[in-house]
Amino acid sequence: MTIEVRIPTILRPYTKDQKAVSAEGSTLSAVITNLDSTYAGLGERLLENGALRRFINVYINDEDVRFLGGLEAPIKDGDSITILPAVAGG
Amino acid sequence: MALEISQEIVDAILEQSRAEYPDECCGVVLGPVGADKALRLKPMINSAHSPTFYEFDPKDLLALYREVDDNDEEIVVIYHSHTETEAYPSRTDIAYAGEPGAHYVLVSTRKEIAPATEFRSYRIIDGVVTEEPVVITA
Repeated sequence: MTIEVRIPTILRPYTKDQKAVSAEGSTLSAVITNLDSTYAGLGERLLENGALRRFINVYINDEDVRFLGGLEAPIKDGDSITILPAVAGG
Repeated sequence: MALEISQEIVDAILEQSRAEYPDECCGVVLGPVGADKALRLKPMINSAHSPTFYEFDPKDLLALYREVDDNDEEIVVIYHSHTETEAYPSRTDIAYAGEPGAHYVLVSTRKEIAPATEFRSYRIIDGVVTEEPVVITA
């Protein structure tokens, strides 16, 4: 099962500048673990103390994963994951 | 490096800042991929509705990136207003800055300097803030 993961500009130094990469896993958590094994250091940019970082948005297809179960969100074949940095500040 | 931007867009951003007072306003200016030209203003909703914080709604953010991709555009400017403080990136702004290629524009419409305003542009990369000149075109 292969999932396409779209990588934002700020994280492309981890993916040799690739805009989209392939990963595997049946939950978001597993996909991130798989990504990190291929692109070392990427996992830490997405997770903090075992949870998704506050200012990273992850979508499965068109839906924010926060509404799909977060890291436990199920992933199925053909899904597309998009990672975007939050646009926010004070 | 400088930001070139039209008077019309500058005025529209300042007007949005006044209209959304006391909350911070926010948005982007888009342009063709790779050209570094700030041509198309797209105001966004501050989903935080706060005088001290702004955030694009995650759903709006995804729609924005899809639209930009579909149009072969890129985000050239990310702007927001400070309604009580100067137009300089706050610690939060620096911590959250996630677009190394964007010009981060800060405007201030705080009362103590009215009717003057501030419109300043920065690069924020790896926590380092570098101010750059703003060239306003007709």
